[in-house]
Amino acid sequence: MSKKIIMTPEDIRQTLARIAHEIIERNKTIEHLILVGMRTRGLPLAKRLAAYIEDFEKLKIPVGALDISLYRDDLTSLNLQPVVKRTDIPVNIDDKAIVLVDDVLYTGRSTRAAMDALIDLGRPQSIQLAVLVDRGHRELPIRANYVGKNIPSSRHEEIQVQLEETDGIDEVAIISMPAAKERQ
Amino acid sequence: MRTTQRKDEPTLLMEPKAAVTTSAWQHHHILDLDDFTPEEIELVFHIADAMKEVLSRPIKKVPTLRGKTIITLFYEPSTRTRLSFELAAKNLSADVLNLSASTSSVTKGESLVDTLGTLEALGADIVVMRHPQSGAPYIATKYLKVSIVNAGDGWHAHPTQALLDLYTIGKHKGSLKGLKAVIIGDIRHSRVARSNIWGLTTMGAKVTLCCPFTLLPTGLDKQHYHFPQVSIEPDIELALDGADVIMALRLQLERQQGGLLPSIREYIQLYQLTESRLSKAKPEALVLHPGPVNEGVEISPAVAYCPQSVINEQVANGVAVRMALLYLLVGSKE
Repeated sequence: MSKKIIMTPEDIRQTLARIAHEIIERNKTIEHLILVGMRTRGLPLAKRLAAYIEDFEKLKIPVGALDISLYRDDLTSLNLQPVVKRTDIPVNIDDKAIVLVDDVLYTGRSTRAAMDALIDLGRPQSIQLAVLVDRGHRELPIRANYVGKNIPSSRHEEIQVQLEETDGIDEVAIISMPAAKERQ
Repeated sequence: MRTTQRKDEPTLLMEPKAAVTTSAWQHHHILDLDDFTPEEIELVFHIADAMKEVLSRPIKKVPTLRGKTIITLFYEPSTRTRLSFELAAKNLSADVLNLSASTSSVTKGESLVDTLGTLEALGADIVVMRHPQSGAPYIATKYLKVSIVNAGDGWHAHPTQALLDLYTIGKHKGSLKGLKAVIIGDIRHSRVARSNIWGLTTMGAKVTLCCPFTLLPTGLDKQHYHFPQVSIEPDIELALDGADVIMALRLQLERQQGGLLPSIREYIQLYQLTESRLSKAKPEALVLHPGPVNEGVEISPAVAYCPQSVINEQVANGVAVRMALLYLLVGSKE
């Protein structure tokens, strides 16, 4: 097993600041914006993006938390079921522009589940996707609007995102595990 | 429900403190709480919190159990348990079939095992059953591979009711550890009391049973010292002294032919939960009742509808708790 660090705390800070600028640029009026973080690590990322946007534009953006366990397509085939956590979106999402935030974009199945979950909650005007890392290997026709870093990876590698809020450290690493079990 | 919803909401967007995982879950069937660990009960509460959020949505439906078939098989009448399971299953998009013994081939003499075999052959994934015979769901698990949920068997157990009671108490009190819970009434015939005694003591609460000795389960009056967290106090005012939680049980009028009570009137005199008796408990004590209520028998109407009463909240929480249980069972392996 070998581990290579791909993003340092400084890289992550700069990347999130850049994505925040891109979100502002793309959404001419950010009054209708909501950032929705996918549990677990999408949530601290969404909060950080909201802090940057508030910093740049002096406008507070609502942040919500989304849990996709109830929308997964692989529940009965998983060895261990995910613990369902609370979905907590503080405002009505009808006619809002939602930016979904996740740490890693991989097969696209989580994003599919997240979009289904959001649409069950209302009719947003649009849904955009921001990810810290895009590692490829899509199984569904899904593409992120904002990408922190493209990391071409093999399926045998693991992309490990650690964040201060959840893991005590800011770091993105690629871990090679020969013959490792496929994740997700 | 909406008004009570807010206060139990965890601090917005907070992550759970300890890492809760479903690896704690060991059950393929839910038969009673005697084999539940505190971790399993915590896990159910945790997922029930998420299910409560689903119930607060304008569209209370998620696709989680699409294509799963859940059959409710009831050999005894029921309002809330059966409806609660049916709603829980439907909110999770499962297909639900309801079978009452009184309108089925049971009336032609079909045995329990044959009926269950039919349900399995029809493709049921989970069978929720209520039966007047204590132990009936245990027999069912010997013959069937499907998950069995005990929705009440005779005088024996009613684990999902106990879990929703524990969950309701936990929502108000934070933790069950060290609470004084008093169970008043017809404990002898009460499967709710039995399952609650297991659940409450597993979660660290102390239980006081309050009833005439004729309504205690046979033998418990002599053997209670094997169960240090459970005590017996037949005097209701002494029992209620300093109580955090009070559970009034339905006096099972249909089972009082055996001369266990001199008269209903005397029972009311001695054991009805009234406002003046309630005042012996802590001021913030919760009043629970598993329903259906015999108003004016085991509980006075004033208490049943007082601000400390969480009887309707129990019903609402029941749906969330049962959704959590169905979710966990579908992922369980035999």
